[in-house]
Amino acid sequence: MSEFNESELLICVASRLMEDGTTAFVGTGIPMLAAALAKRMHARNLIPIFEFGGTGASLQRLPLGVGDSRTFHKAYAASGICDIMETAARGFVDYGFLGGAQIDMFGNLNTTVIGPYWPPKVRLPGSGGANEVGSLCWKTIIIMRKHEPRSFLERVTFVTTPGYLTGPGAREAAGLPPGTGPYRVVTNLGTMDFDPDSCRMRLIAVNPGVTREQVLAATGFELLVADKVATNRPPTKRELRLLREKIDPEHYYI
Amino acid sequence: MNVLESGIGELFQPPDPDGFREWVRTKKTSGLVDKVMTEQEAIARFVQDGDYIGTELYGTVRAPMSLCREVIRQGRKHLRVAGQGIHEIDLLLAADLVDTLDITYVAWEVYGISAILRRAVESGRVKTTDWSNGGITWRFKAAAMGVPFLPIRSMLGSDTLKYSAAKVVEDPFTGQPVCLVPALFLDVGLIHVHRADRYGNCQIDGISGFAQEMARASKKLIVSCEEIISTDKIRKYPEHTVIPYYLVDAVVEAKYGSHPGEMCYRYWRDGEHLQQFLKDSADPQKTQAYLDKWIYGTKNHAEYIELVGIDRMRELEAQIGGR
Repeated sequence: MSEFNESELLICVASRLMEDGTTAFVGTGIPMLAAALAKRMHARNLIPIFEFGGTGASLQRLPLGVGDSRTFHKAYAASGICDIMETAARGFVDYGFLGGAQIDMFGNLNTTVIGPYWPPKVRLPGSGGANEVGSLCWKTIIIMRKHEPRSFLERVTFVTTPGYLTGPGAREAAGLPPGTGPYRVVTNLGTMDFDPDSCRMRLIAVNPGVTREQVLAATGFELLVADKVATNRPPTKRELRLLREKIDPEHYYI
Repeated sequence: MNVLESGIGELFQPPDPDGFREWVRTKKTSGLVDKVMTEQEAIARFVQDGDYIGTELYGTVRAPMSLCREVIRQGRKHLRVAGQGIHEIDLLLAADLVDTLDITYVAWEVYGISAILRRAVESGRVKTTDWSNGGITWRFKAAAMGVPFLPIRSMLGSDTLKYSAAKVVEDPFTGQPVCLVPALFLDVGLIHVHRADRYGNCQIDGISGFAQEMARASKKLIVSCEEIISTDKIRKYPEHTVIPYYLVDAVVEAKYGSHPGEMCYRYWRDGEHLQQFLKDSADPQKTQAYLDKWIYGTKNHAEYIELVGIDRMRELEAQIGGR
């Protein structure tokens, strides 16, 4: 039981960032597992919010998409996408959880194209609701499954979802709501925050068995390093049991 | 109003609120008309080559799959599409019926990205203009409100905006930059619902996605439903009518119409079918074989469901779970 894989660790680290009594805009994949785990561990009163209308689902069953019936199973409300996006626009949503194909030093995300816009070298899915999550939630937490130089770039070639754009003050200058922006980046190697003065990504914790040098080498830009770098705790037995037996027994993700 | 930035994307369907008003005045009626027809008749009558169409909700969730399959059978070409979806958009692209895509998200969520979208766009066959999900839904909402645009506070600062056809203006009230998205009036909307009566009064269980906005943004609206119910039942619970009859042009009875997607409280998604399609879609010939077998090889939705197998549908009904 003490053995765990990278996905399981990632889910646990992300899950521990979810605070009890807060609202969290949850995207597909790891965020769903993290939210389901958090609700069974320390955050019973976490309110998961799903893009197409589900508010406060029980997450007894793992959703496979942001609109499926599990996103509103035993929920408080089942409305629609306008209601959810407008709730975020009004400032009600504390956290937004997102994944991305590429991220840069300011936390900007690309999930649209690689290469020129059209015709592109690789056409990726597009924004979906990610742009609203990154624009309108108070704190955005970004989950990247693979920390490597080709996905951690100095500048993403296409900003699908805004991070701090070009640096301090840029979000506000663009008209985005003040006081919002990326808060944490969780990867298979560690956890980053953003330096408050420069808005640049900064290493604050490494995963068990990972050195800070490994993280720096896997990052395609100059990653800042906090004065104190912590080590993330490995998954506990209880977390692993819940994940494997209750949350994702069909192994969609883990 | 001071325009600070203009997206460089092509506006595939420019807003025309007055044209829409005229359409509503001349083509929509407050009279009760029996609109029940077959899917063949609905698509033949209301979808033309070159139309701008939209589908709701998305490919694995309460999507108008039986109607999309019929659009493909009838080979409606040069479609312009609001691309927020999965299986339905993949099928339309695979059948080579789409010229332009206002794209917000086309991929397979948990299962990965769309090989069909990649082939269509990377080859230059299909032109795209990008938006966010909120952005495109507020475009529907603007159309539903009868206004030419809505101000929104997302897309700002991003390349999603740069490659869209949105604009950033100085808000005349606060002086702050704000994003304006143009109303998106659809030629045809396709929506699958749980229940409707013969006149088109529709009830949806669970989340309503963007059905309310899209229904009101559509010049022509084709609704398919799991079952047709009596108007007496509709009138007993009028608050459950999310799409009233006067918005609707055709009512098609299509039990299991969302297959291989789910229909909440009725049947779960057909994971095996979807995964097989996803595997096949990596290869153009296998994709064609899928279309041949499941769409061109079946005359209508009833034959399609026969091919899926009623036993399989019973299994999916058992898998959806209760409330």
